[in-house]
Amino acid sequence: MSGPGRGRRLPLMSARDYGRAPREDREPGRPSRALVVALLLACASLMVLDGSGGALDPARRVVGEAVGPAQAAADGMIRPVVGLSERFETQDHLRGELAALEAENADLRAAVRTAPYDRARLAELEGLTSAATDLGQALVPARVIGVGPSQSFRSTVTIDAGSQSGIRPDLTVLNNDGLVGRVLRVTATTATVLLIVDPDSTVGGRVAASMELGFLKGRGVLGDAGRLDLELVDETVVPRKHDTVVTWGSTDGASPYVAGVPVGEVVSVYSSLRESSQRAVIDPYVDFAALDVVGVVVPSGTRSDRAVVEADGSLR
Amino acid sequence: MNPTTVARSLFLALAVGLALVLQTSVLPHLAWHGVGPDVVLVVVVAAGLARGAHVGMVLGFGAGLLLDLAPPADHVAGRWALALMLVGYVAGRVRQDAPAGVAGSLAAVAACSFLGTSVFALTGLVLQDQAATVPELLQVVLVGVVWDLALAPFVLPSVAWVLTRLQPEGLRPAPVAR
Repeated sequence: MSGPGRGRRLPLMSARDYGRAPREDREPGRPSRALVVALLLACASLMVLDGSGGALDPARRVVGEAVGPAQAAADGMIRPVVGLSERFETQDHLRGELAALEAENADLRAAVRTAPYDRARLAELEGLTSAATDLGQALVPARVIGVGPSQSFRSTVTIDAGSQSGIRPDLTVLNNDGLVGRVLRVTATTATVLLIVDPDSTVGGRVAASMELGFLKGRGVLGDAGRLDLELVDETVVPRKHDTVVTWGSTDGASPYVAGVPVGEVVSVYSSLRESSQRAVIDPYVDFAALDVVGVVVPSGTRSDRAVVEADGSLR
Repeated sequence: MNPTTVARSLFLALAVGLALVLQTSVLPHLAWHGVGPDVVLVVVVAAGLARGAHVGMVLGFGAGLLLDLAPPADHVAGRWALALMLVGYVAGRVRQDAPAGVAGSLAAVAACSFLGTSVFALTGLVLQDQAATVPELLQVVLVGVVWDLALAPFVLPSVAWVLTRLQPEGLRPAPVAR
């Protein structure tokens, strides 16, 4: 009774036992089910591995080492086209860049010295330290060579300086307008920078005029409308419009974000009754849509394969 | 594995690498509000349309993995791999279900671009890897579709042309309106 039925089914069963779909029915070019499952599982395990910690950091580093030079080369090729004609004469260009960086560093220190933050702090410390020299930091100049697309919903960029230039994770990145972000990871010749407008970024901030502390969180808004939310620790303080916000943080550069770097200014203030805190919206000074030359704050005397702008403005 | 397959695989790997460098270093200069063309995605679609779902899917996985790991990426790895794998599969199926003409290919690019970026965004929401809201996500996805449509007329014919050239003379398909 069951004989003929079993006889018909057997070949199919055995084919399935070996994990093969009946090939004659398959259209050419269509993937086997086993491959689909294998790739899906690979994606899932990658997400789990990466989500649970830095298990994939070596892989990221290897890919970065390979891709970084190509990115730098492509950026070097496209730069003249996008309007920086100075690239045509390399030496003149480099000289110009050095001059620009010196000027940038001078501007930066001047800006920091004259910030209300510094005046308030000097008054507080009553001349115990000379704050200006505290804030002077050595900078490694670098250029942005890769930008993460908004399709990734993250705000990260690649810069063309890596561990060979003395860069390591958690260093502060800034330009002549203000705070840009911090270094996430490095390869030999490139580094990935997390911008402060990224939703994952939190920066300790201080309202310069009142010295109130708070936390700046990125909103991840696209393009020119990049904004930060400032939440003050003391909910009774209301920041005023156009107040400058600077970083608080370490002066030794051991933890991310050195102190006293201008971040942005208050554009609007909301008080949230439910969360019992003041929330201010900050417009960053840096134009994140047009990032180019940045400086990475390194401890003075760092070994580097390129000229380092020292705290006193000299080049080394 | 015959020499044709090796040559094609090498070409596709090279194309993906080139697309990655273009996408991260050159095209951000053209980006509108930070949204630029997904060159890698369009290359995967082109390979899927020309070579079928198997090639599309494997290439999509590899290309996505590269996109996940290459700087300046900082999202959870595996998200682009999953998205582009699906994109490659869908593009390959489109080719088999109907011979895609110009309009069909463009429609496939639009659909795949929408699908790929949406899957990427959705995995981000599920894994809590990003803080963007749904309207923002939609805006980015739609602008991305427009970019990819603009890019497709350059990428699709060149990838298809090279893949056909790499095939031995006797085995080339009869020239159809594609």
